[in-house]
Amino acid sequence: MIEFKNIEKSFGEKDVLKGVSGTFSQGMVNQIIGASGTGKSVLLKCIVGLISPDVGEVYYNERDFIRGNRDTQKAIRREIGMLFQGSALFDSKSVEENIKFPMDMLTKMSIDEKQDRVNTCLKLVGLENSNSKMPSELSGGMKKRVGIARAIALNSKYLFCDEPNSGLDPQTSITIDNLIKEITEEFNTTTIVVTHDMNSVVEIGDYIMFLHEGYKKWEGSKDEIMHSEQPELLDFIMSSKLVREAKKHWH
Amino acid sequence: MGQLGRYFIFLYNMFTNRENFGVYVKMVVNECYQIGVNSVFIFVLVSTFMGAVTVVQTAHNLISPLIPDYVIALVTRDMAILEMSPTIMAIVFAGKVGSNISSELGTMRISEQIDAIEVMGINATSYLVLPKVIASLIVYPMLVILSGGLLLLGGYFAGIMTGVITPHEYAYGLRADFIPFNVSFALIKSFAFAFLVSSISAFWGFHTRGGALEVGIASTGAVTSSCIAILIADYLLAQLLLVF
Repeated sequence: MIEFKNIEKSFGEKDVLKGVSGTFSQGMVNQIIGASGTGKSVLLKCIVGLISPDVGEVYYNERDFIRGNRDTQKAIRREIGMLFQGSALFDSKSVEENIKFPMDMLTKMSIDEKQDRVNTCLKLVGLENSNSKMPSELSGGMKKRVGIARAIALNSKYLFCDEPNSGLDPQTSITIDNLIKEITEEFNTTTIVVTHDMNSVVEIGDYIMFLHEGYKKWEGSKDEIMHSEQPELLDFIMSSKLVREAKKHWH
Repeated sequence: MGQLGRYFIFLYNMFTNRENFGVYVKMVVNECYQIGVNSVFIFVLVSTFMGAVTVVQTAHNLISPLIPDYVIALVTRDMAILEMSPTIMAIVFAGKVGSNISSELGTMRISEQIDAIEVMGINATSYLVLPKVIASLIVYPMLVILSGGLLLLGGYFAGIMTGVITPHEYAYGLRADFIPFNVSFALIKSFAFAFLVSSISAFWGFHTRGGALEVGIASTGAVTSSCIAILIADYLLAQLLLVF
């Protein structure tokens, strides 16, 4: 479980996050949604420690991440896997080396153990026999899958995904969404997905947090989102034809 | 002043919280190849021609019949050892290697590869930058020694081919009034310049924000800042080691 309280972050004069609090539960796909520029990615980066919040607290299973000592922070970081918006694969390393990287750096696993783990992760994301390919040889969807494989290589307890569907066609988006859902259920991870894709919310969202202009405006399940009368949320979700149809059907 | 402060914090981060020593060995070897071997061609070319031009221009300026011809070789030797090989080649090093380091790290930054390293709890500054700095400290003094030899060789061939100096006079001039400390001084300078170029370029690349345009700006900034740092350090080292 991840709990964060009163997160505030400004860049110069611009207040991006204005006291956002929430709790993300284990074994669920927790989604942060909102229009572009509302602070979704900044919130995610504050939670994983890539950006220091100006004010606020973040707890991973009751361990203080921001004020905790270096060892606590290091231990927490080693339980985090993250899929970046652009996949962030290392250009100079092959698929296999990318997935091995966290194992090489953070564990004392033997060469055979690492190889087994690489093959397991690749099988899980449906990319068997792609070990020797370079990132430049992969499509956008394949890069995302390798990114997921690298994120789960160390059996991460917390899986963060920053816009996993950006730049992908609808079919590949659904494949990636389903993969994230499967991993969450199979490994009981606390998964946090930043997205503005309402199709993804309808497909895999268990808990949804809606951000608007730096504030948390709404939270709930994907069933509750259909009944919500929160005006900014309605404006946001009604931009999706799929949700409009679903809501019409619901009523 | 803010940038300078950030640079020193960057250096502090590079030397603290390092990963295991074994992690760096392979990376340093790779960087030595990237930084050193890939720079040999430009160093050979520039050094040889600079040596040749130095001999021809020195001969052209020494018009007094009272000055013996071996002075041409003596002047070329001292210029090569004291300034050209360590300092002028450091400018070339900044252009070739500094821009490469800066654009590589800048691209890694904007494509979130550095964030991917940091999120794993790895000190990205140390992991990515330290091998480049160590490799520069290893290979740049070697390149300076190579450059010095080629400068003298280029000067020799130019002198012989143009007939401004005989082989005997050139060999005599190279040995005349030789001060061995000048070689030590050149090597001290080469270590200082290697550190400055690699760390300043890495600093620019590491703090890139934005997109492709900003990577280009960072690369230009890295070369410009490195050149300024080289010139200031050159003056300070000369004042410190030669005057006092």
